[in-house]
Amino acid sequence: MKFIHKYGAPKRFYQLAGTFIPWFAGITAVLFVSGLYLGLYWAPPDYQQGDAYRIMFVHVPNAWMSMMAYVIMASFAATGYIWNIRLADILARVSAPLGASFTLTALVTGSLWGKPMWGTYWVWDARLTSELILFFLYVGYMALQASIDDARRAAHASAILAIVGVVNIPIIHYSVYWWHTLHQPASLTLTNQPKIYATMLIPLIVMSLAFMFFYLTMLCVRARSEILLRERHTDWVRKLVEGKP
Amino acid sequence: MTWAQFLSMGGFAFYVWSAYGFTAVVVVLNIVQPLTHKRKVWQGLRRGLDDGEEERHEEAE
Repeated sequence: MKFIHKYGAPKRFYQLAGTFIPWFAGITAVLFVSGLYLGLYWAPPDYQQGDAYRIMFVHVPNAWMSMMAYVIMASFAATGYIWNIRLADILARVSAPLGASFTLTALVTGSLWGKPMWGTYWVWDARLTSELILFFLYVGYMALQASIDDARRAAHASAILAIVGVVNIPIIHYSVYWWHTLHQPASLTLTNQPKIYATMLIPLIVMSLAFMFFYLTMLCVRARSEILLRERHTDWVRKLVEGKP
Repeated sequence: MTWAQFLSMGGFAFYVWSAYGFTAVVVVLNIVQPLTHKRKVWQGLRRGLDDGEEERHEEAE
């Protein structure tokens, strides 16, 4: 708890994030450039799907991040709700637009992959529908945050929505096993051998790390702005602004 | 492999490039929007500081 309160102080986080952002941004850029090279050029075409399978390298990382960002958002929301940690409220709030972007990108790229492979842009299959619900959860969370002016009350109300919405995450994950869906099951799991070749696996991992670091970078940037805005009446922010005219 | 071959993506050019294009647009918007917001926050803070000083001057008078 002592640790949380020390590093949970918005001022401390503001400084720490400021140091890390250039590094995170640099790592993101390197990963994106190498991931795009590997995915679009280095990896050979799939023997069944031809070059269309390359959509996987943007689709799968975004789908993973859409769920990871939600779990992170809900965890911060719960932490802020239970222990009244302001920084957790802030991190939950700024995670939402990023998660919504990942979800929208996963849906759109999935649709563009579905058309040449399944013959349709959209089906009301369990995986697609639960991912669409995830998007609405993000939108609902952001709308709720925006509709309440008082920061603490907004955090409390939206935290409940975020926590309840977590039930959707296992539904998305297991949908391809629980129902007979058009969407294929996971190619990568933590416990089994990967079902795809190394030439496809490597670009997928690099692109996933790229999106992960992108999320981390922009989470820090967004959180810093939010901290300044909320702490604008404190001495340390005044001094900071006076120091940088 | 020639550029034309690369761009044709084995006949799936429309789907592949639309997917990557859409992703790129979302990524760029996710960089531009927070940075614009950051600048606005800083402008607001500086203005707030000026207002604060004016108030103090008024009080002194």
